[in-house]
Amino acid sequence: MQAIADKQGVKRYIISLTVNGDEYSPVIKGNTLLVNLLRDGLDLTGTKKGCELGDCGSCTVLMDGKPVDACLVLALEADGCEIITIEGVAQHGELDRLQRSFIDNAAIQCGYCTPGMILSAKALLARNPHPTEPEVRAAIAGNLCRCTGYVNIVKAVLDAAEVTA
Amino acid sequence: MYLPDFDYYAPESLTEATGLLMQLGTSARVLAGGTDILVKMKSGLLAPSALVSLKNLHELRRIRWDADRGLAIGALATHNEICNSAVVQERFLSLSEAAHKLANNQIRNRGTIGGNLVNAIPSADLPPILIALGAYVTLAGPNSSRTVPVESFFTGVSRCALEPEREILTEVVIPPQKTTGSTYIKFGLRRSGALAVVGVAAAVTMDGNVVRDVRICLGAVYKVPTRAIQAEQVLIGKTWTNDLLEQAGRTAVGCCLPISDIRGSAEYRRDLVRIFTRRALKRAITQGHV
Repeated sequence: MQAIADKQGVKRYIISLTVNGDEYSPVIKGNTLLVNLLRDGLDLTGTKKGCELGDCGSCTVLMDGKPVDACLVLALEADGCEIITIEGVAQHGELDRLQRSFIDNAAIQCGYCTPGMILSAKALLARNPHPTEPEVRAAIAGNLCRCTGYVNIVKAVLDAAEVTA
Repeated sequence: MYLPDFDYYAPESLTEATGLLMQLGTSARVLAGGTDILVKMKSGLLAPSALVSLKNLHELRRIRWDADRGLAIGALATHNEICNSAVVQERFLSLSEAAHKLANNQIRNRGTIGGNLVNAIPSADLPPILIALGAYVTLAGPNSSRTVPVESFFTGVSRCALEPEREILTEVVIPPQKTTGSTYIKFGLRRSGALAVVGVAAAVTMDGNVVRDVRICLGAVYKVPTRAIQAEQVLIGKTWTNDLLEQAGRTAVGCCLPISDIRGSAEYRRDLVRIFTRRALKRAITQGHV
């Protein structure tokens, strides 16, 4: 991290981080939140903004493999980290099995919670490839769906886990 | 939602960090996981001129067991790290479980034990079990450090013994002990992501069916997490029975002063204290550290 000041004396910082496998060295301000860096700085608008207070989980991204609320992480704190957003889940134009399963199970209504749901589920399956239903529910407890689609979402995650059984 | 701007520092050592705090003056604050302070800053409750991030102080992340000192948890250990730590699960599964009951997975991946203590809200989930287990914290200043029992760390709602312009909470230590069981149970309005309406922790030292020693701590029913000492005295030296636990529960109600708020009325909280004290005691007595 390198600090720079412009002629007005406004401080900015140059950080480096990896997002979806690509390295970036953005210039940010101290109060730039990770969610705003991703959406406004890198044009990765798949990460949504909901409550912006760490309750709803719509801004969930993986930070060094762990789901976090990007609205409560300073971009500065992500210096040197590896971030995965929803844009980095599909590989080579092929949907991830979780994404495919969300479609097949009609686990999407308005879709606003979906990126966060998929990333929370992805982290769960990475550490626990065959979760039980309560484990799936606990893993997505920080992701609110206001279309009340939890039943199909849970089914979708369990189905995706099944595929690798 | 706007986050006011601030100067940012990420010191490489504890000495540098406490030195920075001294130099920056009273409106600088420490940044650990950020899950509380950034919310306060966005809500306009706090506008520090500078944030001193502890992210490079990797030694404050460690969780270690030592036969002489007990379980030492670095202040930057996240709730999920505490929850998943093999050594915490082996020694005090009850603490691991308490960490798991806190907030949601995303917050548990960022929020730290040090932040949970320094934030000092009455409904915090870790203080009751830490107080029941007789834990203390280390506060490091520029030239010296001091230890404070968690029980006397809190001085009011969002107030604690830490001097924010010169001290950093570095470690939480649970000393080796004779306790045979402990637990923290919580009532929240949802299973996840909800603050405690009432939280009760109990730690017992049993000799067969006789209660040799017990510590009960109540959360969310007073301005600070508070011991139910009269309820403890109901039990000490006696053979436990369901009736005795109920009596301890009734006595615990007299040890708290709950408020009515959006999460529950004072009357409801008093009822919960009675029931949860009884349940926590039974769990700790019959199931060990759970």
